[in-house]
Amino acid sequence: MIAYLQDVAVLTRKDLLLELRSRETVPAMLLFVVAALVIFHFAVPEDLEPGTEEVVAKGLLWIAVLFTALLGLGRAFASEREQGVLDGLVLAPADRSAIWLSKSLSVIAFLLLMEAVALPAFALFYTTVDGPTVAAVLLADIGIACVGSLLSAMALASKTRELILPLLFLPLAVPIIVAGVGASIDDPGRFLGFLGLYDAIFAIISWAAFDYVVVE
Amino acid sequence: MSWWNRPGPSLAVGAFVLLLAGIALAFWWVPEDVDQGFSQKIFYIHVPIALTAYACFGWGAWKSFRLLWKGQEKYDLESYTAIHIGVIFGVLTLVTGSIWARISWNVWWTWEERQLVVFLILFLFYSAYFMLRYSIDPGPLRQRISAVYALFGAVLIPVSFLAVRLLGTLLHPNPLLTTRGPQMSGSMLGTFLVCFAGVIALGFALYQTELAGKRLDRRLRELRKALA
Repeated sequence: MIAYLQDVAVLTRKDLLLELRSRETVPAMLLFVVAALVIFHFAVPEDLEPGTEEVVAKGLLWIAVLFTALLGLGRAFASEREQGVLDGLVLAPADRSAIWLSKSLSVIAFLLLMEAVALPAFALFYTTVDGPTVAAVLLADIGIACVGSLLSAMALASKTRELILPLLFLPLAVPIIVAGVGASIDDPGRFLGFLGLYDAIFAIISWAAFDYVVVE
Repeated sequence: MSWWNRPGPSLAVGAFVLLLAGIALAFWWVPEDVDQGFSQKIFYIHVPIALTAYACFGWGAWKSFRLLWKGQEKYDLESYTAIHIGVIFGVLTLVTGSIWARISWNVWWTWEERQLVVFLILFLFYSAYFMLRYSIDPGPLRQRISAVYALFGAVLIPVSFLAVRLLGTLLHPNPLLTTRGPQMSGSMLGTFLVCFAGVIALGFALYQTELAGKRLDRRLRELRKALA
């Protein structure tokens, strides 16, 4: 158990260090999410009623978060792929699910950085961000990272990597959007509970399944 | 035991007879629905098709699970075929549901019909399954990745159902789903069960036929390779 956690820590550190030195993914995500929030302003009519405007804006926030996450997930295994690191990691005497867990953790870290910009920007442009929304975003991050890391590893084997990931991910993200928007605009308790359930279920099966999708 | 080895033809005949009987019962035996009138009769086809689609996805996931568990190659083709048939029934569910919505509410699509929304999500999900499968080179890795994705589908079905249901109770406290499901009279239930048996038999016959064809195809390819 300790050895497993050490493996996860080392691998996560590797991902974060790589990002810190190359600065490829996170800046792109930050720019993308702000650009998306700006674009959205022009996509909805300006003279909405006050109540409606808030509801619409919350929906847009979730779309922005999801698509930005997708952008980051597309790059999640980029370094592994380009340098052939994955083969080495798979051969290493460590449990393979540690690769998945570390990747999920680094994706969560990237998502948190992105949201640290996106939520204030959203509050500035549109409407205030309340507690339930923040809680829902945090819970959604876990689900997005868990499912996304597994699908991203699956997409590595595909010939159409960048193309296939959104197709695989979006149907699985529908419950996240339903619960996220629900928690932001309506009944936080029930929808946050549902998000927690989603995270737990998909974390467990992604963790169990990762072993099967990386080795030839 | 020739029947057991090749159940396709007998199943197809059984499905034909059962469906014919079901349609006859639906049109001439069951009294017309008080609220919806004649159009309600599509229920006897729409719901069995939907349930058969779920059964196919479940069967595909089960075969995927067997593949990952036992590592036997034969489960890959079985899982793929089940999902293939499931998608066909899923599309039929969307089409029949759409026709029903058109007649009941005068719209081709409504987000209020939560069963259909779940099917739309599943349709997108399993369409991606085919894209994924055909963008990977054939081999053990493709089999395992397809299997993992199929298993995700089996988890997504209840989760998205719950999600759509949660959303529904918020906007419309009284879902249509519960008003027609369990509260069936004897004649309705009887007809429904006959139709359900017919559609399930049809699905299974299609599955067997498709599977036999795919196996033959693969055998032929192996023989060609051996000759070349």
